[in-house]
Amino acid sequence: MEAEAAKLIGAGIAVIALAGVGVGIGNIFAALINSIARNPAARGEVFGIGILGFALTEAIALFALVVALLLLFVF
Amino acid sequence: MHSPVEQFTIKTLFALNLLGFDISFTNSSLFMLLAVVLSTLFLVLAMRPAALVPGRLQGAAEMMYEFVADMVRANVGSEGRPYFPFVFTLFVFILFSNMLGLIPYSYTTTSQIVVTFVLAAVIFIGVTLIGLIKHGLHFFSFFVPSGAPKALIPFLVVIEVISYFVRPVSLSVRLFANMLAGHTMLKVFAGLAVMLTGAGGIFAVGSVLPLAAIIGLTGLEMLVAALQAYVFTILTCMYLNDALHLH
Repeated sequence: MEAEAAKLIGAGIAVIALAGVGVGIGNIFAALINSIARNPAARGEVFGIGILGFALTEAIALFALVVALLLLFVF
Repeated sequence: MHSPVEQFTIKTLFALNLLGFDISFTNSSLFMLLAVVLSTLFLVLAMRPAALVPGRLQGAAEMMYEFVADMVRANVGSEGRPYFPFVFTLFVFILFSNMLGLIPYSYTTTSQIVVTFVLAAVIFIGVTLIGLIKHGLHFFSFFVPSGAPKALIPFLVVIEVISYFVRPVSLSVRLFANMLAGHTMLKVFAGLAVMLTGAGGIFAVGSVLPLAAIIGLTGLEMLVAALQAYVFTILTCMYLNDALHLH
């Protein structure tokens, strides 16, 4: 198999990791909505932590993207 | 047709040479300078009235200060007070750099891995040094998680050390990849809109869709710019907390 084809297939496989990230972000916001529904007064505190968790999980998605870009453009 | 990654090229504006080192003034330097000048101007001019009951502009500057001060107080505690100027500068610099990149035809300084890596490396080395100076060799007890069974400790220490060294990498790559991906996506949709308009006929009408997508994406990118500045700063506070109060 030539290198160019292998790079493209590798990059495609690398982004399968985004499935896990999608589940994770859904989890965080489900918990956020749940906790605000149970206790609307907690909104201020819980919202900050929820956004922090979202950003940290999205970072994992971007690590997968960086691996795909590395495969495509660096090697 | 411009490619979506052309926006990240470094263009030399004034070529300068010092002892064989290329220290030209590039578009990256220009936008860093712009971020510093704009943020300083904003804060100085907004606090000029110095009223006890703030007006709108002074209120905005005070809200920014209060936001970062609360973050430092909540995450580091009262011992973090000496580090507040640094954390505030970090937050404002990253926020303004990210936001300036959203202006059309401009350049995002934080979209280069070298810029974000230097920021993260400086924080990592600084925080480690602070921990070592404050606690001496007792700092290394940070890598032994409390309440672990004795037999597992060597294994856990290796994992803790590895995850400690991944911190600057994850900190820098998070900011860099967010800026890179967001701005590339904007350019791809923009190219799509231009292509559809150029095709004429029924396609020109359909070019409204990528245009609407770009408007939505720009809003999202503004949110991501502010969010990434917040996340970078709050993680810095947490690492500082780890160094100052082990565990």
